[in-house]
Amino acid sequence: MENPVLSAQMIFFAAVFTNNILLANFLGMCSFLAISRDLKSSIGLGMAVTFVMTVTTAINFVVYYYILVPLNLIHFRFIVFIIVIAAFVQLVEMIIERYSPLLYMVLGVFLPLITVNCAILGVSLFMIIREYSFIQCVAFGTGGGVGWTLAIVAMGGIREKLKKAPVPRGLEGPGITLVVAGLMSLAFMAFSGMIQMQ
Amino acid sequence: MADTSRQIFTKGLWSDNPVLRQILGICSALAVTNLLVNTLIMGLGLIFVTAMSNVTVSALRNITPARIRMMVQVLIIATYVIVVDVLLKAYLPDISRALGPYVGLIITNCIIMGRAEGFARQNPVWPAFVDGLANGLGYTLVLLAVAFVRELLGFGTLFGFPVMPAGFTAWTIMVMPPAAFFVLAVLLWTANTWWPKKA
Repeated sequence: MENPVLSAQMIFFAAVFTNNILLANFLGMCSFLAISRDLKSSIGLGMAVTFVMTVTTAINFVVYYYILVPLNLIHFRFIVFIIVIAAFVQLVEMIIERYSPLLYMVLGVFLPLITVNCAILGVSLFMIIREYSFIQCVAFGTGGGVGWTLAIVAMGGIREKLKKAPVPRGLEGPGITLVVAGLMSLAFMAFSGMIQMQ
Repeated sequence: MADTSRQIFTKGLWSDNPVLRQILGICSALAVTNLLVNTLIMGLGLIFVTAMSNVTVSALRNITPARIRMMVQVLIIATYVIVVDVLLKAYLPDISRALGPYVGLIITNCIIMGRAEGFARQNPVWPAFVDGLANGLGYTLVLLAVAFVRELLGFGTLFGFPVMPAGFTAWTIMVMPPAAFFVLAVLLWTANTWWPKKA
């Protein structure tokens, strides 16, 4: 199923465009629907997700292949991954609160939300299923984060305009957001000829 | 204040339906709904995890320190998800492969966390069980509705059996991601129009 010679750049671009984690794999929908009301918070959340996703994917890779596999504990990966993610988020929050109040102002409120963002855990699980190497994992984590950011920032922009548009009553809020997401997903499918990755 | 089991049940199943009313658990609702069989298995897995984790959280509610309760809840949920994952791998390997990472993602499904935090934490074991069961069923119901439309139009089949007339052209779009968004949006729209939320 997996093409072993996919280069890191290919995986990065595939994760951003053709296999966008949000629009093709539906990961991270909850925070996507809740936060994308305006552009500013979309950008903040997107940056936080990209950072956490890149680092936790790398950590989880090391933990999985060097601790869980030798010990034959792969069934416990769900628990271990979620603990790694939660611990990392907590650590980052404490560090930036202490050393960079400015960054904390921008990202601080979004960090706790990230622990329950399924995109982060999803990327770690995908990397195991697709049997990526370490470099591929990092590319996939970063690409996934950038792709997610792209989608949520675009959605934030569109929803700012939507506030002034007459939306049918039953479709207000989440309904219209899903329709817009569907259209975006349709638009992103235009990239699908570029890179094949599945 | 305390609802009867029956009220709790109808609330979770319909009037406070987790997907349509509270917009929770959308990720997997969209991802696994291209075939009815996958959806059904996913739904059963989620019902099991919600009900059992609600029971466990409720049983431990008096001895769980408030400060670390989130972590405890996540661990309880993850344990049941592992049970589901191992069972699927052993007995239904094909479906396990088709669902891929989405079984593991039950852990971060907001419905379960939401019920544990919002209901099981303050209620006795039996109501918590009923609540978990009802919310799981409500989720499964909505997913099956989405999957019904997508499989019928996308493949011309229901549970793998062809039901459409011979000349039917399958709507390829229904199998692809965008259709999942559209079908769920239409479902939300219908539900909000015909059964408006009581304020």
